[in-house]
Amino acid sequence: MSERKSLPVVADEPMDPSRRAFMRTAAAGAAVAALSSCGVEMEDFLRSHFKELSPDELRRVLAKVERKNLERFGKKTTVSATGPRPGVEFGYGLDLSRCVGCRRCVYACVAENNQSRQSPQIQWIRVLEMDKEHGVDLAHANHYYEADAVPRPGKFYMPVQCQQCRNPPCVKACPTQATWKEKDGIVVIDYDWCIGCRCCMSACPYGARHFNWATPTLPAEELNPHQHYLGNRPRPKGVVEKCTFCIQRTREGRYPACVEVCPVGARKFGNLLDPESEIRRVMETKRVFVFKEELATHPQFYYFYAT
Amino acid sequence: MRLDIIHALTILAVAAALASPQAARAAGTKPDATPAETVKSPPKLDPAHGAKALEESSAVRKVAPPLIQAEPPPFSEGIFPCSGCHVDPGDRTRRELTFHEDIQKVFDHDSNARWCLDCHDAENRDVLKLASGETVPFTESYRLCGQCHGDKYRDWRAGVHGKRVGQWDGEKTYFLCVNCHNPHTPGFKGVKEIEVDGKRTTAPTLEMLRPEPRPLRPDEMRRTAPAKATAPTTAAGGR
Repeated sequence: MSERKSLPVVADEPMDPSRRAFMRTAAAGAAVAALSSCGVEMEDFLRSHFKELSPDELRRVLAKVERKNLERFGKKTTVSATGPRPGVEFGYGLDLSRCVGCRRCVYACVAENNQSRQSPQIQWIRVLEMDKEHGVDLAHANHYYEADAVPRPGKFYMPVQCQQCRNPPCVKACPTQATWKEKDGIVVIDYDWCIGCRCCMSACPYGARHFNWATPTLPAEELNPHQHYLGNRPRPKGVVEKCTFCIQRTREGRYPACVEVCPVGARKFGNLLDPESEIRRVMETKRVFVFKEELATHPQFYYFYAT
Repeated sequence: MRLDIIHALTILAVAAALASPQAARAAGTKPDATPAETVKSPPKLDPAHGAKALEESSAVRKVAPPLIQAEPPPFSEGIFPCSGCHVDPGDRTRRELTFHEDIQKVFDHDSNARWCLDCHDAENRDVLKLASGETVPFTESYRLCGQCHGDKYRDWRAGVHGKRVGQWDGEKTYFLCVNCHNPHTPGFKGVKEIEVDGKRTTAPTLEMLRPEPRPLRPDEMRRTAPAKATAPTTAAGGR
């Protein structure tokens, strides 16, 4: 009969308390060391959530981003944190009867918002090519189309970007409250708060969120120095990013970059609460729909047919 | 025993230092802290921003925001003023011309029913003529277009048809019909960005637009060396 090995016995009496205490101190010390070695400074780790920052703290945080930009790109930048205006709710209209699928918006967005150019290549706007025969049907959509001239016969084009939902699934999915909806409707991300879990990406039904799998490749000479803390400031590796309606422009009253570059004038932008605005005119006189309406995300991004 | 207490205190201190940000993150934000309050408050950034914005928006409601007309595209070289050649009213019968082949070749604007003098004034070729007989300068050609294309004219005036650049709540630059549509073959084909008197504007082209490079597929992204360029060509329109 072979000798049976007994299960390890758990000691009834606790470990020597002083030894246990020592182990805990050592573990805590190791955690601090790990933090400083992975590039996260204690100061970043200890600061409050963006919404709770005092004006003084915010000023320090912004100055720090500018300093880091200078270190990383050798270029002077201005990083603002302009807040939403009272009485403004942004609305975006995209005229599907006009869009020709030229992708000018995609690259204007990349340049304006400091996206990673190559490996990873990040583009916040995805232009879907679909068959007129099938209508808006994702089963027949292709965003890798190539052509000598657009629009191609029998096709129509539907650019998709963040829909700035009023009921945003991404915000609900975020475990750290690193993403939230602002008063003017823009869903923003604090890249310093994002832990890179990508729950928001899987929650988004529009594929609007993009992950920095590697440190973004962004040539210093192409860096847009006009930045917003919650928008186009350069991102580190391991955070999620997305369209912010060009928060750095629109909070100053300007049109988003994609609106200004569109060669066919298919993109409309304005204040939904202003009855005289272009977007209100679209809402009141055109055939308007929202993408994936059945999901009840209530986008602030509207597709319409002007003809 | 005393040593134990000191140990415990150090542990507590370290643990507290480590735990507080986590606790803050886990607990999230105070429900009463709104982004508006916190974001607009920093005085260094823009102290009167909120108030200014209110003033601006109420001002916008009272008076329409300023609209600036974009530079119209230039005429073909050496062709304007038309009165350089057309001194007399000339023959008003509809016919094939021996001049202006470039226009006749592409003319596709209800070409069965219309010809030059339906829009160009026979008496003064440097202006256009409405159906009423009133003449309008080339810079106001939209009034001529609007005679037939009333729905587009209405939308264009409201900023829904065509493009505007500038401020969504203020000064905007609007483009003329002829910045995007060739009046002799007005179906939209493409536009190019040009400069007129040092100002950037657009002009219609006879070629359709060429799309910018497609995005990389995920597997290509893994393989790509930074050398493979997908630089965009010059974007049309915009500032």
